[in-house]
Amino acid sequence: MQSFFKRRSIWQPSPAGMLVSYVLLGAWTLVVLFPLYWLFITSFKLPIHVNDGPVYLPFVDFQPSLHAWQYIFVDVRNDTMRPYLNTIIVGLSSSLIALTLGSTAAYALTRFDFRPKLGAIGLFVGCVILAIIAVALGVPWQVALISAAVIFGLLLQTLGRRMKASLGNDDIAFWMISQRILPPIATVIPIYVMFQQLNLLDTHVALITTYVAANLPIVVWLMRDYFRNIPLELEECAAIDGASRFRTFWSIVLPLSTPGLVATFLFVLVFAWNEYLLALFLSLSDVQTMPLTVAAQNATRGPQWWYMSVLILIMIIPVIGMAIALERYISKGLLVGAVKG
Amino acid sequence: MQPTAPSQADASLAPPQEAGRIHALGSRLERMSSQLFIWPAVIVILLLSIFPLIISLYLSFAQLKFVKGGLDLNWFGVRNYRKILVGTEQKQILGVMDTPSLVGWLLFGLVVGLLAWFMLRWVRRGRITPLGLLGRLLFVGGMLALAWLMVSTVGTTSGKGRPGALGVTLIYVFVGIFLQYLLGLGLALLAAQSLPGNRFFRVVFLLPMMITPVGVAYMFRMLADTSKGPLKPLWISAGLVDYSWIDSPWSARAAVLIGDIWQWTPFVFIVLLAALEAQPLEPVEAATVDGASRWQIFRFITWPNIVPASATIVLIRMIEAFKIVDLPNVLTNGGPGTATRSMTLQAYTTWRATDIGGSAATAYVLLIVATFICVSFVNFVHHPATEG
Repeated sequence: MQSFFKRRSIWQPSPAGMLVSYVLLGAWTLVVLFPLYWLFITSFKLPIHVNDGPVYLPFVDFQPSLHAWQYIFVDVRNDTMRPYLNTIIVGLSSSLIALTLGSTAAYALTRFDFRPKLGAIGLFVGCVILAIIAVALGVPWQVALISAAVIFGLLLQTLGRRMKASLGNDDIAFWMISQRILPPIATVIPIYVMFQQLNLLDTHVALITTYVAANLPIVVWLMRDYFRNIPLELEECAAIDGASRFRTFWSIVLPLSTPGLVATFLFVLVFAWNEYLLALFLSLSDVQTMPLTVAAQNATRGPQWWYMSVLILIMIIPVIGMAIALERYISKGLLVGAVKG
Repeated sequence: MQPTAPSQADASLAPPQEAGRIHALGSRLERMSSQLFIWPAVIVILLLSIFPLIISLYLSFAQLKFVKGGLDLNWFGVRNYRKILVGTEQKQILGVMDTPSLVGWLLFGLVVGLLAWFMLRWVRRGRITPLGLLGRLLFVGGMLALAWLMVSTVGTTSGKGRPGALGVTLIYVFVGIFLQYLLGLGLALLAAQSLPGNRFFRVVFLLPMMITPVGVAYMFRMLADTSKGPLKPLWISAGLVDYSWIDSPWSARAAVLIGDIWQWTPFVFIVLLAALEAQPLEPVEAATVDGASRWQIFRFITWPNIVPASATIVLIRMIEAFKIVDLPNVLTNGGPGTATRSMTLQAYTTWRATDIGGSAATAYVLLIVATFICVSFVNFVHHPATEG
């Protein structure tokens, strides 16, 4: 009986401890899976099964029916497929672009030295503020933009040589990564106005560019950690053999960092896939994405849980599939950065 | 996107003159490569984060109207801010303040005491710099203001106090992260043991993180339904058949918090699990041989090993949690009344009411509070924790 409470080894708990662990882990498994199970069976319920109180087991408590699936996929086919397609287009292209721009920037930040002049940055911000004040005073924005650019160019050419104080790579990296702290609500109104002025509101372009900007900080942060851990020797060899910087990056660095790229891509894709607020502002009807369609269900049809369950399911199945397939990458590749701090 | 420069092999295939030109182009690209690598990202961030941010600041002091064929922009001074700080119930974010109860006073005293201890400890260490003093005074002042806001809206006896969007957001952030961290740590400690079937738990625990918050909101709405939801037998035995979660402010906030905790505990879990598995084994083995208790092993060996990772995930969660909007919007529609509105939702509602200046001002208050708390956390918790 005593052996029941004795630890087998340092890492393996006693049978009693194991039992307790399994009970606790099982309890949380239930907490995680039950809502998903409920979602799943609700999608096969008839309205009467939902409205007359809870029924739990298909085939035992109620006869599952495909009516909700049929309604979503056949009757209102276009209303489902269009947002779904939008989500795929916007999610995939914004993630790919963010990954490309972010990983090149992260690579540059780990391999080259940048010394941006503090004075030039101050000058730049000054000119931006000047342009905004000019617009506020009624100057057309095109004129304000061009004159601010000219002033900036002139001042940089004349004063630029006298500037000494400069920033380093870590400052640039911090600047890029810290953009993530910005609540999107604080930037989305001017972005809305900008796309409205450019007649790009409610297009894929608007959503994709905004998502790229929102996800760039994550890519830079994760990929910078990843690139830092790739040994320099390989790249030096490639450079001696005459490969250009781009070639080195493309055919040596990128293949070596595939796990990091995959994990980062997944992470960014999930963000874009589930994004709600920016889509709420920037899409009206043409490029409505799935989160908006799902959220709008309640307003258009009342709580018709069976249809909603189908929509939510088709939205989460691809991401859950990817999560299960790539679980190893997520815990190992992605979170190296977080663990090291 | 990568403009791959022509390689030797390509160049040798081209005619001689052409090859020379390509080569020259190649070497110029080569010299500019560092710039080409970094500028695209910088431009995207400038155009879609920095400029909008500056313009937003301007808009928060202005009145913007969409008129036919353009915009109508007028300077509005601090009126937007006055409106959201002391205006009508629909627009303002601070809530209704009242005299705190005894518990409220005690909590506030506790915060004051902690802040005083924090300052004293720093003064006694004797490395006082003007910048450090300024930063700490700002920190102490900001924390006192936030603590006062919380106790005077939440911890009142008369029942008149009522937290506004700012207070509600802070509740979501702090209570949510606290519970997520505790649950995540507990689960990670359990799953780090060598149990058969470990991998199953890992994969399952990861799932909620992937699900769209809108979906999570609807799922929890279904579960919270006391008359049609799956937990009906439980509600009946508790005598709460006609009870509705969404009708009382605190239970509605609890529902949002439960959804958030369900969704984000996996994130804490997965990072802490990775941190636990990365810790060196020898010290634990040595301590066991020396007869240390399991609590001692956790407190003196495991805990110091996971502190840096903990500080980082709390920071990441904080950054993301301040942006919460989809869960309250879909789960409770911000209601009852305005009880579950987060700052982002508040700003969105103001925007929908075509008060663009007020919306920008609300967003800026959120930005300032979020930045203040995140920067304080980085300086006073994250940095010491990760630098050892």
